[in-house]
Amino acid sequence: MGFMDKLKQRFKQDEETKEVSEKYQEGMTKTRNTFSGKINDLIARYRKVDEDFFEELEEVLITADVGVSTVMDLVEELKMEVKRQKIKDSSEIKDVISEKLVEIYYGEEDKSIQHLQLDGEGLQVILVVGVNGAGKTTSIGKLAHQLKADGKNVILAAGDTFRAGAIEQLEVWGERANVPVIKHSEGSDPAAVIYDGIKAAQSRQADVLICDTAGRLQNKVNLMNELAKVKRVIEREIPGAPHEVLLVLDATTGQNALTQARTFSEATDVTGIVLTKLDGTAKGGIVLAIRNELQIPVKFVGLGEGIDDLRKFDADAFVYGLFADLGINEEKEEGE
Amino acid sequence: MAFEGLADRLQGTIKKITGKGKVSEQDVKEMTREVRLALLEADVNFKVVKQLIARIKERAVGQEVMESLTPGQQVIKVVKDELTNLMGGEQSKIAVADRPPTVIMMVGLQGAGKTTTTGKLANHLRKKHNRNPLLVACDIYRPAAIKQLETLGTQLDMPVFSLGTEANPVDITKQAIAKAKEDHNDYVIIDTAGRLHVDENLMEELQQIKADVKPDEIFLVVDSMTGQDAVNVAESFNEQLDITGVVLTKLDGDTRGGAALSIKAVTDKPIKFAGMGEKLDQLEAFHPERMASRILGMGDVLSLIEKAQTNVDEKQAKELEEKMRTMSFTFDDFLEQMGQVRQMGPLDDLMAMIPGANKMKGLKNAQLDESQLTEVEAIIQSMTKKERQDPAIINGSRRKRIAKGSGTSVAAVNRLLKQFSEMKKMMKQMTNMQKGKKGKGGFKFPFM
Ligand SMILES: Nc1nc2c(ncn2[C@@H]2O[C@H](COP(=O)(O)OP(=O)(O)OP(=O)(O)O)[C@@H](O)[C@H]2O)c(=O)[nH]1
Ligand SMILES: Nc1nc2c(ncn2[C@@H]2O[C@H](COP(=O)(O)OP(=O)(O)OP(=O)(O)O)[C@@H](O)[C@H]2O)c(=O)[nH]1
Ligand SMILES: [Mg+2]
Ligand SMILES: [Mg+2]
Repeated sequence: MGFMDKLKQRFKQDEETKEVSEKYQEGMTKTRNTFSGKINDLIARYRKVDEDFFEELEEVLITADVGVSTVMDLVEELKMEVKRQKIKDSSEIKDVISEKLVEIYYGEEDKSIQHLQLDGEGLQVILVVGVNGAGKTTSIGKLAHQLKADGKNVILAAGDTFRAGAIEQLEVWGERANVPVIKHSEGSDPAAVIYDGIKAAQSRQADVLICDTAGRLQNKVNLMNELAKVKRVIEREIPGAPHEVLLVLDATTGQNALTQARTFSEATDVTGIVLTKLDGTAKGGIVLAIRNELQIPVKFVGLGEGIDDLRKFDADAFVYGLFADLGINEEKEEGE
Repeated sequence: MAFEGLADRLQGTIKKITGKGKVSEQDVKEMTREVRLALLEADVNFKVVKQLIARIKERAVGQEVMESLTPGQQVIKVVKDELTNLMGGEQSKIAVADRPPTVIMMVGLQGAGKTTTTGKLANHLRKKHNRNPLLVACDIYRPAAIKQLETLGTQLDMPVFSLGTEANPVDITKQAIAKAKEDHNDYVIIDTAGRLHVDENLMEELQQIKADVKPDEIFLVVDSMTGQDAVNVAESFNEQLDITGVVLTKLDGDTRGGAALSIKAVTDKPIKFAGMGEKLDQLEAFHPERMASRILGMGDVLSLIEKAQTNVDEKQAKELEEKMRTMSFTFDDFLEQMGQVRQMGPLDDLMAMIPGANKMKGLKNAQLDESQLTEVEAIIQSMTKKERQDPAIINGSRRKRIAKGSGTSVAAVNRLLKQFSEMKKMMKQMTNMQKGKKGKGGFKFPFM
């Protein structure tokens, strides 16, 4: 049985996964159209797997923001695999490509850390960080809503005291998700807000505190120090906290996303990535680059601006979404 | 290895052809491979890279190696010229309508920086052109978007027009323009909601606003960190709205910003302004040539130099440069400089513009916190005149005395002394780069 068949079967098995994969497909229509559409097109045009084929494959991957060095690695491995399996016909390489992609998505790691780790005793703290406009505040609203639906008692702390309207924006999300928001006035010390957030969450016996922070570009030393300080306040107040540090990345971002992931990790020990705006971009390839070069798992993806548009990252579903077209084509071929 | 500049990349190839009289086809082939990778790593769109490489090949083959330039510099020069040509000249003009108000509409993807840029443009129009703009809150979707613009309006002490979140954007703009006429606002800047270029309904909303108010300018606001998709975004907004210009935001970051090239290539619309920070005065005219060196990984040296020039008194600057070069820079000069440096803006903004500054030993851990400046000041003030002139004499017991006098620690004094000597070295390098430019054209980097 081919790799795509296996994936397909897995999705036929249970309804819940099916729903997830449908949402992925819906959110990623454009991603799929260009990405796997192009690979299909490539396979159709090249009967033979030769140098030109690989050159064009390189193009497809690079235009998906996968990043030059990851692409080079990947294509190198594919070439070896083709040699090893003595593949000549381009249709046979489809499976190999998708298998390699899934391999990169998963890496070697323990699958359990792909989701939030909030099962410890006492108040669990999530710190949310990232560059300007990535989608931090929106993702916090969505996440609060999700955790609330899971029966958790959630509180938000308005740690962005800098940007105009940031506190009010989080308050609107607080109302939507029906969770309280701890805030100070604009211009006050973010660490003090977070401190108050912790105290309030403790006295109200909340399960989860989610801390918003101001957007900052990773090359601003002052601002990164400020963020490290916020984290230290949390650590001091609750041993073992923050339990999660989520880095929010805009999926339309190019290679700078890697620098972001690196620098924010250095400052705050990022435990997971939220990849936003995946509904808009034709790409998503940056996930590959991040997975290939850094050991941080993607935990959520943002697929729209609505409160329900945050999904747990599921590498299978993601790859299935990317390759659904290929699957459909296979069925057609089988029917002929 | 991810963000090597072109100069780094070309090093190997350059070594081989140094001493040759002509750049051969094989040399060019090897170099264009590196150029291609450098551009792709800088997020220039794939197709745009292809076109560029073709032109660069054509121009570079068979060229005589000019005396004043090393072959490496020459290739970089060809590449940089091509990039600069593609991006066009500097064009930070804003339209003026025959009959006021002039209407500017801001459009773009979510989180690109439209609202912030609306505030910055208004500030720019008032400061540089003595105008009196009205800001219009047309984002009825994003939570607290209106509040955000209103806050900016308060900060600027400028009027903001809004009809809440229930009115529709076409009505809001129409009424806003009527209000502007009434109140004699000569500019109207419309902040619209962020939207995906593939969202047909929301794109149609923009087309309706456009049809109704016929804006004099439609600025597409683009995040400079955008990847390969920048071409699709720009192409799509341009096709549907026929934009008149582009504002590139968040250029104060460390992204190479290849999106700039892609956007210009597919829309052929001028990039007019660059967003250089979150504050309302951090908007600058877009400089194509600087952008070209930035994409190639050559740092934003020119920006830094210009920034220093506008803030430092001309004569003082000359003296300073002399001191920097001769290394006779003292702690007294340092103290005097600190006042001026503070006027130049946040220190880490400045540092970010120096190529390789983050890699420089000693500087990487330099304390760039403004509050640290106060401590530094205290330490210098606790030095004797002689110590300030000649830091080499500051031995152990002097260090203890200075620490005590300034209420700091010996470690803090040591740190400052070390940084001071690193800084002197760096200054020397920087002034040499400046000199190199004046002399022959093109920077003299140590690796070229
Ligand atoms: N299409 C789409 N838009 C999103 C998504 N997530 C966030 N956005 C939009 O992106 C814009 C910025 O989102 P914010 O949540 O304000 O981003 P932020 O990181 O908090 O921004 P700053 O606090 O200013 O740094 C808003 O218009 C959001 O509605 C997503 O998954 N898809
Ligand atoms: N560092 C830096 N930040 C910027 C710049 N321009 C905007 N920002 C920040 O980017 C974030 C998003 O800016 P907004 O002006 O809210 O973006 P927008 O396009 O109006 O966002 P939506 O209305 O949600 O689509 C905010 O945190 C701004 O402070 C810039 O030039 N440099
Ligand atoms: Mg925010
Ligand atoms: Mg806005």
